[in-house]
Amino acid sequence: MAQPPAFVFNVPETPEDQGQDPSPYDESEVHDSFHQLIQEQSLRAAEEGLELRVLPQREPGPETLGASGSGHQALLGPEGVPDYSTATLRILASMPSRTIGRSRGAILSQYYNRTVRLRRRGSRPPLGGVGRSARPSLRLYDLELDPTAFQEEEKRTLLVKELQGLTVTQRDHMLRGMPLSLAEKRSLREESWTQSGKQRGPQGRRGLLPCCSRLRYACGLALHSLGLALLSALQALTPWRYALKQIGGQFGSSVLSYFLFLKTLLAFNALLLLPLLAFIVGVQAAFPPAPAGSVPTFTGLELLTGGGRFSHSVMYYGYYSNTTLNQLCGPPLDGSQCTPEAGGLPYNMPLAYLFTMGMSFFITCITLVYSMSRSFGESYRVGSTSGVHAITVFCSWDYKVTQKWPSRLQQDNIRTQLKELLAEWQLQQGPRSVWGRLRQVAILGFVWLLCLGTTLGCTLAVYAFSELMIKNPVSAEREWELLALPLVVCLLNLGAPYLYRGLAALERHDSPILEVYVAICRNLILKMVILGILCYHWLGRRVGALKGQCWENFVGQELYRLMVMDFVFTLLDTLFGELVWRFISEKQRKKRGKPEFDIARNVLELIYGQTLTWLGVLFSPLLPAMQIMKLLVLFYVKKTSLMANCRAPRRPWLASHMSTVFVSLLCFPSFLGAAVFLCYAIWQVRPSSICGPFRTLDTMYEAGKVWVRHLEKAGPRVSWLPWIHRYLVENTFPIYLVSALLLAVIYLNIQVVKGQRKVICLLKEQISNVSPPPTSTLAPPPHPPWTWAVESVRLPNPSS
Amino acid sequence: MGASGSRLSKELLAEYQDLTFLTKQEILLAHRRFCELLPQEHRSVEESLQIRVSLEQILSLPELKANPFKERICRVFSTSPTRDSLSFEDFLDLLSVFSDTATPDIKSHYAFRIFGNTTPSHMVFVLVLLGSWGSSLELILTLSFLASCDCSLDFDDDGTLNRDDLSQLVNCLTGEGEDTRLSASEMKQLIDNILEESDIDRDGTINLSEFQHVISRSPDFASSFKIVL
Repeated sequence: MAQPPAFVFNVPETPEDQGQDPSPYDESEVHDSFHQLIQEQSLRAAEEGLELRVLPQREPGPETLGASGSGHQALLGPEGVPDYSTATLRILASMPSRTIGRSRGAILSQYYNRTVRLRRRGSRPPLGGVGRSARPSLRLYDLELDPTAFQEEEKRTLLVKELQGLTVTQRDHMLRGMPLSLAEKRSLREESWTQSGKQRGPQGRRGLLPCCSRLRYACGLALHSLGLALLSALQALTPWRYALKQIGGQFGSSVLSYFLFLKTLLAFNALLLLPLLAFIVGVQAAFPPAPAGSVPTFTGLELLTGGGRFSHSVMYYGYYSNTTLNQLCGPPLDGSQCTPEAGGLPYNMPLAYLFTMGMSFFITCITLVYSMSRSFGESYRVGSTSGVHAITVFCSWDYKVTQKWPSRLQQDNIRTQLKELLAEWQLQQGPRSVWGRLRQVAILGFVWLLCLGTTLGCTLAVYAFSELMIKNPVSAEREWELLALPLVVCLLNLGAPYLYRGLAALERHDSPILEVYVAICRNLILKMVILGILCYHWLGRRVGALKGQCWENFVGQELYRLMVMDFVFTLLDTLFGELVWRFISEKQRKKRGKPEFDIARNVLELIYGQTLTWLGVLFSPLLPAMQIMKLLVLFYVKKTSLMANCRAPRRPWLASHMSTVFVSLLCFPSFLGAAVFLCYAIWQVRPSSICGPFRTLDTMYEAGKVWVRHLEKAGPRVSWLPWIHRYLVENTFPIYLVSALLLAVIYLNIQVVKGQRKVICLLKEQISNVSPPPTSTLAPPPHPPWTWAVESVRLPNPSS
Repeated sequence: MGASGSRLSKELLAEYQDLTFLTKQEILLAHRRFCELLPQEHRSVEESLQIRVSLEQILSLPELKANPFKERICRVFSTSPTRDSLSFEDFLDLLSVFSDTATPDIKSHYAFRIFGNTTPSHMVFVLVLLGSWGSSLELILTLSFLASCDCSLDFDDDGTLNRDDLSQLVNCLTGEGEDTRLSASEMKQLIDNILEESDIDRDGTINLSEFQHVISRSPDFASSFKIVL
């Protein structure tokens, strides 16, 4: 069986050697205490090591008990010991992987084991009452005879001492992470407090209190209870806590991820809206420009078209003045000639408009990238490829589920999934026929062709329709005709996904994940292509067609209309589509019941809506507010519909991966596309000359340049600002430098991850080399040298 | 607001906050919920901190009712000698481990104990391992979960997941009924595959480090191993 490895680690066992630590990594006093543990344990190991071999023989039945007992006696000779000789133990224990940062944990768990054993001894029922098969092992008996109570205390003091060496925060942090009961933690904490001499808590308050301190105490108590009441009130305000819990409880994490994404979008919009409200909308509303001409009356159609009365309000770009606010000026045509009002700070609206937009986009960008990188770090682990069965069994139960039927549903899901996994696994063992594979590929190609064809058709339709709209300009009386283009776009956006869904039923993907990704991919292509065409239509065609009018207002209104129509269609789709779908599927398949909640499509709709907001925010600064309202309504509508019409997805989802994908999609095509569109509009397109803050300039960006020139004239006090502008913004070299640095960092990171992968492969190989053949039935492996390797395989996340 | 729930003293609240992964609000809410389980006359703060609530009452909480692992969870967190009742601090412990902010390490640690804590079927004491390799520190770490050893005569709480544990675990996941459980051959195949994937040292059982190794590859675990009160 197990070969005695003692001769391999041939280290002389002299008494003076015991005191030394063979580890190259000396960990000061902590390590010493640790070393003592090792010594003690190795002694114990020498006594008890043999149990290891005896146990399996004892297992088969009670009749062998006597035999094994004699075996125990026979093996107690010196031959049994070298397996676990002290030197070996010490060398193994002092391997770097075992010692670095571990000593504390070792002491802790050591102590912990002892307490557990103590506890067990206290509560064990009398042996006589237990059946023969349930008899505790001799080993346990030995333990009871062991005079460990004394050592127990010692360990505990050691641990307390250990805790005292830490700062308060560290101590709490460490205690928090211990797998001990709360009572145990509290007593440990108490001890480490008192022994370090810091008298705290009730001890300090004994004796007679002076009057004023009693008063103070009473005040403190009152404040405390007030604070508690406020806290509970605050908790009631936490938005949707109960709703989210309910959704998670009935539908599991995957559907919950949709609603969490919605919540994230709300936060993004709020972040975007706040600076806009503070620096643009609020200021402009406080200093309204002189009304230009007659303002049309409110008819109600504006809510849909966004035109009419709305175009003469803070809603749109055209309303904002190009003057320096806060100055007494007659006609708001040339602000530079006005003299500043005494005491008031000049507020240059064009500059404020430009900088606020830029800053809020920059903030959004940073937040987006940060949340994306964090969610990447959480969901992608290096080397997470194999082990699907084990992960399914260990990690698939959703503990948030709180009701009977979803719990049963989850059991059904897991069973189906396990069966599918097993079937798939057996399928993989036998190769699939060439004919089957060919057919699969043919179907796949056909479906993709159909989908791309549909997308192309939709794009052409949108393009043709937009050209038609340009050729036949809509008169002011028939404003509702403006709704035609958004209507077409929304109809296509609604119809095509259903078509894709039908087509996807044709192709049978092997993995549900792949199915979802393919669906997302197709819908995304459609939406992005349509939006791209619309952007071209606005900036490329409309600007030219609307000579002498305020084209920014028009684009803002178009986006407003698209958004409203999208909202209306989503509502209709939710109310009728899901309802009808439910009736159909309930009629057709009595067994299957309600339809699933289509997470992919719903999330893409959210992303689409958010893209519209980002595209339009320059032309209509209040669009994020609209989006916030829309999202709020959507949350409740979707939740109601979900509760009434849908059931949990049949296929379990990798929720965390999906939310990473959602955020990346939000970042990559959506935000980036919008940013490119806006940059083009700011740097390249000439703003209309009759409205808006940039009406006298060639491009919107000129506002910044004009200001810089203005500063240059102002004197040498602020000369660094023009300098920065000249050398850092206008000069291209710094931009190249920064991008090169960024690329270098990314490249280095990729290389690090690659290296870690390689290390993991090596470690895995090492593990398979050191692990004994699985045939040994008599004895468990003598030593688990792989444990350190396993520990090292769990490398930290490279991306976080 | 709950009159009984908001009387925890400031020091105690702060201490609980320091030692668990819960926020103040969560602790207060937990206390209120715990008090609701107590009979009317025992709802004062002092008593609520001392008294133990029986397993049946805890299991009647809607958060646990539908969970197939509910009994195991309660047993793992109980500190009473017979493991059939929970004090308020045990309850807080439970919520702390299942909270948002608990570290993945501690979550997987308790998950292992919950999965390994099966009904009495066989009683083998692999504790021997502890003695013989006590000084190998990872193993100490590995075995440090033996907290529920208080009555391991009742449970196979041997510190490893063996084939029986795994099959009971799978039965819990798929439903215990005759028609819902996997067939014997499927079960055998599944367990073979699981061991093939996760049993690194090939000893036929899964121990804590192997378990944590598997768990660390699943990013979803931390998000699903949660109970929200």
